[in-house]
Amino acid sequence: MSVSAAGSKPGAASPFDLRAFWIAAPLLVLAGCFFYPLSLIIGQAFRDDAGAFSLATMAAVFGSTMFHEAILHTIAIALGASAGCLALGFVLAFVVSFVPFPGASLLVRLIDTVIALPTFLVALAFTFLYGSAGILNMSLMAAFNLHLPPVDFLYSAWGVILAEVTVYTPFVMRPLLAAFSLIETAQIEVAASLGAGFWRILRQIILPAALPALLAGGSLCLLLTVNEFGIVLFIGAKGVITLPLMIYDKAIQEFDYGTACVIALVNILISVGLYFLYRFTIGRVGGNRAGLV
Amino acid sequence: MASDGGAAKAAPPTGSSGIGFENVTVAYRGNAVLRDLTLAVEPGEILAIIGPSGSGKTTALRAVAGFVRPTEGRIRIGKRDVTDLPPHARDLGMVVQNYALFPHMRIEENVAFGLRARRAPEETVRERVKECLRMVGMSAFMGRYPRELSGGQQQRIAIARALAIRPIVLLLDEPLSALDAQIRRNMLEELGQLHRALPELTVLYVTHDQTEALTLADRIAIMRDGRLVAHGPSRELYRSPPNRFTAEFLGRANLLPVRMESLGEGGGHARVRFGESPLLAQAKVQLQPGTSCLLCIRPHDLTLERRGMNGNVIDARVVSTLWQGDQLSIAVDAAGTMLRLASHPLVEPPRVGDSLHLYFGPEAATLIAEDVR
Repeated sequence: MSVSAAGSKPGAASPFDLRAFWIAAPLLVLAGCFFYPLSLIIGQAFRDDAGAFSLATMAAVFGSTMFHEAILHTIAIALGASAGCLALGFVLAFVVSFVPFPGASLLVRLIDTVIALPTFLVALAFTFLYGSAGILNMSLMAAFNLHLPPVDFLYSAWGVILAEVTVYTPFVMRPLLAAFSLIETAQIEVAASLGAGFWRILRQIILPAALPALLAGGSLCLLLTVNEFGIVLFIGAKGVITLPLMIYDKAIQEFDYGTACVIALVNILISVGLYFLYRFTIGRVGGNRAGLV
Repeated sequence: MASDGGAAKAAPPTGSSGIGFENVTVAYRGNAVLRDLTLAVEPGEILAIIGPSGSGKTTALRAVAGFVRPTEGRIRIGKRDVTDLPPHARDLGMVVQNYALFPHMRIEENVAFGLRARRAPEETVRERVKECLRMVGMSAFMGRYPRELSGGQQQRIAIARALAIRPIVLLLDEPLSALDAQIRRNMLEELGQLHRALPELTVLYVTHDQTEALTLADRIAIMRDGRLVAHGPSRELYRSPPNRFTAEFLGRANLLPVRMESLGEGGGHARVRFGESPLLAQAKVQLQPGTSCLLCIRPHDLTLERRGMNGNVIDARVVSTLWQGDQLSIAVDAAGTMLRLASHPLVEPPRVGDSLHLYFGPEAATLIAEDVR
């Protein structure tokens, strides 16, 4: 007879229970790698240069116009890029799923490879394509005998949004393709036989089925674009300062760690807020059933 | 009269709700899956298309629905040529095997879907939804979601949804295949009742289950390899199959190899010979004396005792017996041909190896040309 069988009931807690070790080990790693650095950032945000508790840095940051603009840019670019990803991702996933054409699966694989690429590579490619000395501008200048490059959207918020849409659309397509594959063709056929046209079928059959996937992909895009750094830095759009870029400026270029930590704290709160909004929304629209939560 | 598919050249239906296939061929990438189908479904009748997998029966239904376009031929619903019309302009309801209810809509929204798609006034929608749900006995489930219903209940909703738009034609594509045996029997009865309540509704019923077809259909069309091989009134097709495939696919059939001796004159029976036994049979196909052919006898038409009209008798030896509750299935060897007999349960069933006489009447035996397969 084993010791555990003789001394304890199955499932009863024991002071020497090894389960505690299996929980404690990952908790320690998490604490060391995530919670401790996070606590340092939070702590720094509430201290002055002498190390005493102070809200002065926070007040200065919240009162700064640059910070307000950074928040506005961050939210506007994130919302614009996410909306673009949703629209483009939906159209592409719809075409791949419902309009059979040769090479559809190859196209999906190619789109998937974008996920594996570093985000700044797309920004680099965009400078070759749409930059002042890029292919598009040089061609237009040669064709129309122009002295200045006619296309200059790249170095604005639109350039950042376009690059983010290109990078993050596959994150919307993946869950959408999975959702579309679960829609029975018979549902669409029956709807058509009952008198529904294309737009009604799209609105009442396909969109509701795709809603959890749209929310999942859209929320993920929003989270990623709020925190996007490489694309914004690489494109170097004039006057487009986002929160991650501002943190970088303050911490690395100005050595103003207190301000950088306050902005980082705001960035973290926005990200966590978006995450909980995503969980709440997915739960409300049936994401539990779709396995998305 | 039951007829071979090759001779099935029917005129288009004359009523407002019949279906007419006129030399319809459907091909995918040059591969014909439905070949030269000509068939008429009369207004108000239930016609079942049956056949094995890949026989083209579902393709025929989908061509009527507008989901596949014939590469040749025309399709009519009533007097309208619908060949080039989109599905939503054909005025038909459709019920499929896996119900295809819209999972995110409540039952009342599912049933109302077609009416709203046709922009019916809300008052009409409400009335019609209630009426259709009452018709299928599901009024109490209006506010539920499809996932909260059983398979049989979901199929009732699918039928209510199809009927709500008051279609002139109802297409049923293996509607009971996903249900278990008991629910399927009940649903068959309910479908029969429903059609009696809506006698003007033309129904095209596609199934691979011959029991469903025989129970429900006024007429049956049998498909094989994309072709119509036989069609006719259900009873007649069962009693007098025009070819071997029909005999074997529509119910169980015993096929005896016989030799034609003489055709009956003046409506009399044909004389044939099975081994040394002279037999009388119905001959609905033209066969020359001396030719080899098959005699089709259904298992329940063979008896162990001589009865009034059972003029034919053959000798056989019992190979096996199988008790099936309400009947006894006896397999026998008659001069090298395996036959099956369906008897009511016997107090003393024959034992394996017993010799016995099998009796059957000339009306229960139909001659089939042997080379048709």
